[in-house]
Amino acid sequence: MVYGPHTPDDRSRMLAALGIGSVDELFEVIPTSVRARPMHLPPGLTELDLMARLRTLAGHNRVDLASFLGAGVYRHHLPPVVDQILLRGEYYTAYTPYQPEISQGTLQTIYEYQSLLAELTGLDVVSASHYDGATATAEAALMTCRATRRERVLVSRGVHPQSRQTLETYFAGANLTFDEVPLIADGPAAGTTDLAALGRLLADPERPIGGVIAAQPNLLGLLEPMAEIGRLAHAAGALFVAVVEPVSLAVLAPPSAYEADIAAGEGQPLGIPPQYGGPYLGILACRDSLIRQIPGRLIGMTSDADGRRAYVMTMRAREQDIRREKAASNICTNQALCALAAAVYVAALGPGGLRDVAATGAARAAELAAALDDAGAPRLHTGPYLNEFAIRVPDAVAVHRRLLHRGILAGIPLAELEPGDASLAEGLLVCATESTTAEEIELFAWALRDELGSRPGVPAGSIGEGSR
Amino acid sequence: MSVTGPKLQPTLFELSGPGRAAGRRIPAPPADALDRLPSDSRRAVPAALPEVDEQSLVRHYVNLSQLNWGVDTGFYPLGSCTMKYNPKVNEWAARLPGFAGLHPLAPDETAQGTLELLWELERDLAEISGMDAVTLQPAAGAQGELTGILLVRAYHRARGDLERTEVLIPDSAHGTNPATASMAGFRTVNIASAPDGGVDLEAFRAALGPRTAAIMITNPSTLGLFERHIVELLEMVHAAGALAYMDGANLNAILGRFRPGEAGFDVMHFNVHKTFATPHGGGGPGAGPVGVLAPLIPFLPAPRVLREPDGTFRLERPGERPASIGRMRGHVGNVGILVRAWAYIRAHGADGLREVSDDAVLAANYLRGRLEADGAWEIPFAGPCAHEFIASGTALKRATGVRTLDVAKRLIDKGYHPPTIYFPHTVDEAMLIEPTETERLETLDAFADALLEIAREAHETPELVTSAPHSAPVRRLDEATAARQPNLRWRAATPAERSSAG
Ligand SMILES: Cc1ncc(COP(=O)(O)O)c(C=O)c1O
Repeated sequence: MVYGPHTPDDRSRMLAALGIGSVDELFEVIPTSVRARPMHLPPGLTELDLMARLRTLAGHNRVDLASFLGAGVYRHHLPPVVDQILLRGEYYTAYTPYQPEISQGTLQTIYEYQSLLAELTGLDVVSASHYDGATATAEAALMTCRATRRERVLVSRGVHPQSRQTLETYFAGANLTFDEVPLIADGPAAGTTDLAALGRLLADPERPIGGVIAAQPNLLGLLEPMAEIGRLAHAAGALFVAVVEPVSLAVLAPPSAYEADIAAGEGQPLGIPPQYGGPYLGILACRDSLIRQIPGRLIGMTSDADGRRAYVMTMRAREQDIRREKAASNICTNQALCALAAAVYVAALGPGGLRDVAATGAARAAELAAALDDAGAPRLHTGPYLNEFAIRVPDAVAVHRRLLHRGILAGIPLAELEPGDASLAEGLLVCATESTTAEEIELFAWALRDELGSRPGVPAGSIGEGSR
Repeated sequence: MSVTGPKLQPTLFELSGPGRAAGRRIPAPPADALDRLPSDSRRAVPAALPEVDEQSLVRHYVNLSQLNWGVDTGFYPLGSCTMKYNPKVNEWAARLPGFAGLHPLAPDETAQGTLELLWELERDLAEISGMDAVTLQPAAGAQGELTGILLVRAYHRARGDLERTEVLIPDSAHGTNPATASMAGFRTVNIASAPDGGVDLEAFRAALGPRTAAIMITNPSTLGLFERHIVELLEMVHAAGALAYMDGANLNAILGRFRPGEAGFDVMHFNVHKTFATPHGGGGPGAGPVGVLAPLIPFLPAPRVLREPDGTFRLERPGERPASIGRMRGHVGNVGILVRAWAYIRAHGADGLREVSDDAVLAANYLRGRLEADGAWEIPFAGPCAHEFIASGTALKRATGVRTLDVAKRLIDKGYHPPTIYFPHTVDEAMLIEPTETERLETLDAFADALLEIAREAHETPELVTSAPHSAPVRRLDEATAARQPNLRWRAATPAERSSAG
């Protein structure tokens, strides 16, 4: 046994107690015609060799480059206290707190997570938790249809394409429909949700809309007129879903301030490493009146038989193990440990610290924008942004590749993120956070100027040679 | 309400004091950093987040952690959940900076290590399950189910077969199965189990027809029984033009013994947080990869991980495979969890994995035998069990009034996490007991002794059992009030409330 305790003698004792000669007898119920042929897998590795192989594989990833990648997943300073707490076996080797008497650690920390996110979003009901930002957005959209008994939603193209694609998959299953609201192509409001188009889509009496979904900041990093979008949605009897980035909520108006009914978002920026896509944290919050529609786990404060304060899973009649085919969602295992990470992160920074993270990101982003503009790549849009924005670069995909070979992850080509949109074809989406250094900004600007000035073609050699 | 028990903690908000916020974490931003933002987009009132120094924060979380029970604390025989030991080397692996620090939109050529690992894991899971291909995208078992049933839907639609609107599910199934069928737009047809706990072939035969899209079968079943009639059932399903989905939550019983794809299941999910020892995290995260036979491959979620002829790896590009059901979530999956699963599989190899199931099944049968010999607990189904088994407290309840819930709470006093109770719903007063392969014989014996002792207590001093737990950090909770007047977030007391309380 690799991790098990049983010695041959233990096994013999168990077999003897059962009165059988071989463990094979316990598998005789499997019909002979479907018994497995031997599996062909690489032979088991010792811990030493396993660690060597893992180090090699990890070493084949390049995480040492100057990175300006964002689009919903951000590199932040991670206070070591967060991971120290996550490594407590009492947290990470527990499961769903079915037995509250011996799960108060998990239950209280999740209650605190709900409370912290309620402060950030301004919404009172926070479910803990969903798989990631994309599935939380899809669940939010489904919620609007359940609550309004309507079968159609509108999604701004300022919502991350992966969230829209996930919503599309979930909606296909549920036999619901959605339409996309375009972004304005030019002028001072370019890159934000087209309110006139939204108004037209909401006005169609044949197609009543259950929910309107927009992101703040949006995919392109721009600030949306959320209050106006919310007013239009509500005037048409639809619910309003705000897709939010949680760190930004330390400085941006919370969803409650612009009357959002539901907030969804990707919680990765709250203390969770990028790790190529997950596990992350799906944030989902709503106003009190929607409490029976929200899917996912809710922890409530109550008391025990001695009157002590204690916590328990509650409002369980929404969940699959009770309601089966009538449940609000099929979610069971969620992202609880990531919710714990988010709570420890927010508490470790405190209100001032979280505000500083958001504000420093904004300041660094402004420095980046100025440096890139100076290098010949102006912003693609003129509207206000927080810490992420698009720049205009002729032949953006090729330049992006050439910069990669100089050791720079020059953001994300919008032609890859939003292939259909001609107005974005020359865009690179770039971001800065508090961990972006002045040297990285300088390197990016210098290399970009060089690329734009001359020199077509991809330089030979491996990524990052001669840089950093 | 007081917060007086040992280790019980006030909330973070009560620990807060102005100016206490922990540490100088990052340089202060310039004072005008946000001036360029329009004022109406900015937060008017700062969020009322707690301000706590780092030491107090650590004590808060460490003390709270000690109110928890985990596999690292002790025996956790929670049936259907496979609470086995979580190897520490896997935690180390997932935290390697090369894995943890990789951005999901990093260009393929900077992500070769992770892509190679994912590609290998897909193949390992395919080999373990006898499936032709695997997607690692689903975030948990339930999302794997949704993926699988959407694949079924796409398969029938691609054949122009639009009449298949039903999914047949035995009544012993986990709640996620029917909830999944609904989310995927199907009607659930519940099929009663046969008296021996297995599938009722005749009931399935009667329900199968041109409307059946799929059956969802858990094998071994949620009763801990291998389905004896699996061959006939699969034949019947395929003859009706339907597909067979296997809920793979119980794969820990059959590694190296039964490969669902080889046997004829068309699609299944894995729970890597069960079979492959990735931690349960207090409720998650896990991962729920899905395996399929060849006819379903075109529909798999995008993006897939591909290997180029030159041996490099890349992600599928948007739109590259038009028949795909699309995307189930952001990016490629819960990669940090998948790294752990890969490490677990590679540490074992084929022989090691088979030994895992051998020991898991042997341990479950041994424990079951100990209880059966005593007679205090009913063991409703005859013959060997798989990796878990049902014990029922129906007779005990009749004789003493002590319910399975009480027994579970009393087990806490004896130093054990209770088994899964009242699931599956088809057995009254059920306990679903899953010891896993990583518990010592001494632990199994001591647990059996504890259960037998509780049965005696139920007869002699029933109040002792019905008022349990006595030694846990808190006693039984007022769940009714929690649901009737939900308090789901901390609210600072208003000055008026504070003075009236003082
Ligand atoms: C039999 C069975 N099916 C499905 C699931 C759902 O898996 P998950 O919790 O990973 O979503 C579970 C687990 O909880 C289970 O025990």
